[in-house]
Amino acid sequence: MQDLLYFSQQLINGLTIGSTYALIAIGYTMVYGIIGMINFAHGEIYMIGAYTALIAITGLATLGITWLPLVLIVALICAMIVASSMGWAVERVAYRPVRGKHRLIPLISAIGMSIFLQNYVHLAQGSRNIGFPALIQGGFLFGSPDTFQMSLSYMQITIFITTLICMSALTLFISRSRIGRACRAVSQDLGMANLLGIDTNRIISATFVIGAALAAVAGLLLGMYYGSIDPLFGFIAGLKAFTAAVLGGIGSIPGAMLGGLILGVAESLTSGYLSGEYKDVVSFSLLILILLFKPTGLLGKPEVEKI
Amino acid sequence: MLEVKNLSMRFGGLLAVDQVTLDVKEREIVSIIGPNGAGKTTVFNCISGFYRPTGGKILFRGQEIQGKPDYKISRLGMVRTFQHVRLFNSMTVVENLLVAQHRHLNTNLLAGLVRTPDYRAREKKSLERARYWLERVGLIDLANREAGNLAYGQQRRLEIARCMVTEPTLLMLDEPAAGLNPAETRDLDQLIVSLKEDYNVSVLLIEHDMSLVMGISDRINVINQGRPLASGTPEEIRQNDDVIKAYLGEA
Amino acid sequence: MAAHKIKHALFCALITLIISYPILGLNLEAQGINVTLSGADAGTLMLVFLAAVLVFLFQLFRDHIMGKVRALPFLQPSQREAMAENKRARIESWVITGIVVLALFWPFFVSRGAVDLATLVLIYIMLGLGLNVVVGLAGLLDLGYVAFYAVGAYTFALLSQYVGISFWMSLPIGACLAALFGLVLGFPVLRLRGDYLAIVTLGFGEIIRILLNNWTSLTGGPNGIGGIPEPTLFGMEFGRRVKGEGNTSFHETFGIAYSSEHKVIFLYLIALLLAVFTALVIRRLMRMPVGRAWEALREDEIAARSLGLSRTAVKLSAFTIGAFFAGFAGTVFASKQGFISPESFVFLESAIVLAIVVLGGMGSQIGVILAATAVTILPELAREFSEYRMLVFGAAMVLMMIWRPQGLMPMRRMHIELKGQE
Repeated sequence: MQDLLYFSQQLINGLTIGSTYALIAIGYTMVYGIIGMINFAHGEIYMIGAYTALIAITGLATLGITWLPLVLIVALICAMIVASSMGWAVERVAYRPVRGKHRLIPLISAIGMSIFLQNYVHLAQGSRNIGFPALIQGGFLFGSPDTFQMSLSYMQITIFITTLICMSALTLFISRSRIGRACRAVSQDLGMANLLGIDTNRIISATFVIGAALAAVAGLLLGMYYGSIDPLFGFIAGLKAFTAAVLGGIGSIPGAMLGGLILGVAESLTSGYLSGEYKDVVSFSLLILILLFKPTGLLGKPEVEKI
Repeated sequence: MLEVKNLSMRFGGLLAVDQVTLDVKEREIVSIIGPNGAGKTTVFNCISGFYRPTGGKILFRGQEIQGKPDYKISRLGMVRTFQHVRLFNSMTVVENLLVAQHRHLNTNLLAGLVRTPDYRAREKKSLERARYWLERVGLIDLANREAGNLAYGQQRRLEIARCMVTEPTLLMLDEPAAGLNPAETRDLDQLIVSLKEDYNVSVLLIEHDMSLVMGISDRINVINQGRPLASGTPEEIRQNDDVIKAYLGEA
Repeated sequence: MAAHKIKHALFCALITLIISYPILGLNLEAQGINVTLSGADAGTLMLVFLAAVLVFLFQLFRDHIMGKVRALPFLQPSQREAMAENKRARIESWVITGIVVLALFWPFFVSRGAVDLATLVLIYIMLGLGLNVVVGLAGLLDLGYVAFYAVGAYTFALLSQYVGISFWMSLPIGACLAALFGLVLGFPVLRLRGDYLAIVTLGFGEIIRILLNNWTSLTGGPNGIGGIPEPTLFGMEFGRRVKGEGNTSFHETFGIAYSSEHKVIFLYLIALLLAVFTALVIRRLMRMPVGRAWEALREDEIAARSLGLSRTAVKLSAFTIGAFFAGFAGTVFASKQGFISPESFVFLESAIVLAIVVLGGMGSQIGVILAATAVTILPELAREFSEYRMLVFGAAMVLMMIWRPQGLMPMRRMHIELKGQE
């Protein structure tokens, strides 16, 4: 019984982290699906989202506004606006001019952008990590107090629900809206979509904006969950999210969700049963293993080599 | 020397090639013709090892080769060109020809670093062969140009020369005349015949240009919708009712 | 002026405000466990506003400005008439020999700090040349190159600590071990597509770093390993006192006064020797069948396979040789620092080496050497701006990709004389 509780605890922790990975992974997978590049700066966008949210929360507190739903919604909206603008600007400045060149060139431009943004925040906000207030406290406890108690916090529930809402909204958006349909068309064949009169530049921009907004949501959630942020906070999370995207099959949105959840669970099981220090080793090894046996990821479509 | 028996290739639900059988004998030019999308290039890709066929047998000089990796098949002496020319664009014309002769790299890594006499002799020989073929296809003056900067017709000839420096016994050409003007096509025609006459190479050819095919082929195989439709000498094919119907039907 | 242009310019200016004001204008400050918000000083706010105005004006007159910029001469592809090939090659080799000779004597006339920095430049040159094989020639995007560098450095550190092996013994061992790591990693992952390869190598780099950080009993964890010996010259040590058994000291043997500069200069000369060795070996490899095969595979993998080149063998050779030279550089680095920790082997280091290869011009050795020098020395010259160092570095990477993706010194093809040899 106790073992089961312990296991369930790891599972819950893993699904919590995993669902935020999935939120960030969507940005990678959508961009890759459309223009076939790794948006290396995406982790930084997520970090900027977290910073903006914290700035908004602190600002509201200074003004004396502490009503929780209002604080959360304002923080969320601010984070999404700033991160989306950043995503839009990054694409415009660093990626559009190099689109269609040799595939290493956009990637290197993206790495440069990532270094730039990291240091931009570092210079403006300092390199030390800053505490993120735990706005949502408390939770449910299961099991008897003398042995192991499994906890499911309200924060974790908030993360699940928010992720669920975002994912459903995105799925609806992609399948129903005009822009969503155009997105799918562009990811099938960019040149053809262009010929058919779809403004591909606009669609690509939209992809970056959507991905950035979701990353900002993840930034707010993970900031509250971890309790502190720093300018390097985006790099490793970005790496994980990209791993999740590849794991699930890059270019596939359900794949990104699945990959994120698997990765989160694998990490938390490693932390729970082996050692927290090796969780990153396990997630990258998992990536390598999956790619070896299924090079296109779990839900990626197999490709026929065009000759 | 090449025998293809009941070759089939399925992609998911699509049967792209269905029970194709053909053969090429020593010093023979055999063509595969058929409407667009008939599966001709897929047959090529199976023979040259880029695809692993889902059914049938391919024998090259009595040896079963279906499912072997592409580079191993090429080393047996069967090389191909591509429908859309595939050169090493930012390398020079000579380098393109030198690369083609570099099959066994690992054996001479150390020998190359210290430049043993044996290594130098081999390099000289491959350079000589490159020079010979550049002269043969009339590209010697462009030897140090980047291959990507050549005119289209020149690129086609370079691709054939690049195959020939590997000293193949069977050459597979995928639409070599596509995009060439009539004069260039005539040159190509002569080149292919001379490959057979002067260098003892058998040729397997996919081509749309009917005058070229009818003029130089010893035998012709017609494929329609992945299935073999007819085979025989140019004369027989010209008079085959099914073939006429397939072509007229398409037109 | 068309209305939509003004609208677009306004939009861009607004975006500029949105992405700069909250981050730059509102500063979070941690006071104990409380976080407070304070407005930035007036100067920063002015800058933010100015940036928005500039973006507005730039977008408004974009076509005009871009037209002017494109006409700038240094952005034009070079139109110079190529010199006669053999003449050019001869001049080039004279220039290179001249530089190497200068580099040999130069350390005796400058300060210790300058020599130390030059050693670092040489280490980066080795790394750049090695990665150039993998990325520039074979076209394999390796984002975890620093892992092989770490393998070289840690091999030397550990061997000297536990077994007492000297620098010279460790140099080939470290390089071969790094190559072995490259081979073992490369074998399964090289059949992956380019972008997957990038992320897998990045993951591998992180794995190595995490292992070094956490395997405390062996590697000392974050505290690193210290007391790594310097190289010796035929058993002569450069320290004031002799540490190793059977060794003599350099200054006593030659009867000169002890100077700590001897050691620095000696290390520099070793690095120079190894860098020249690296450059020569790779230069030769580039002109060998294996080198041409790397490029062929980068240019068109399918065509290369159709000609009988084995994809795995070719890629693996590039990967392994690249790793080999990283191991080389790692050993020199460990010896130069005397102390190593996982801090020195973070992803940023891989990114810097990659930037060196790209800035120099992929495949071009001279370009890589130039870029390594620039990337290492420029930040040192601009010490007072050291805060902005990485910011500028990132921006430079982006701008370079936009304006001059072929690099400072694009690779030039070797000219092969055919007609003269009948």
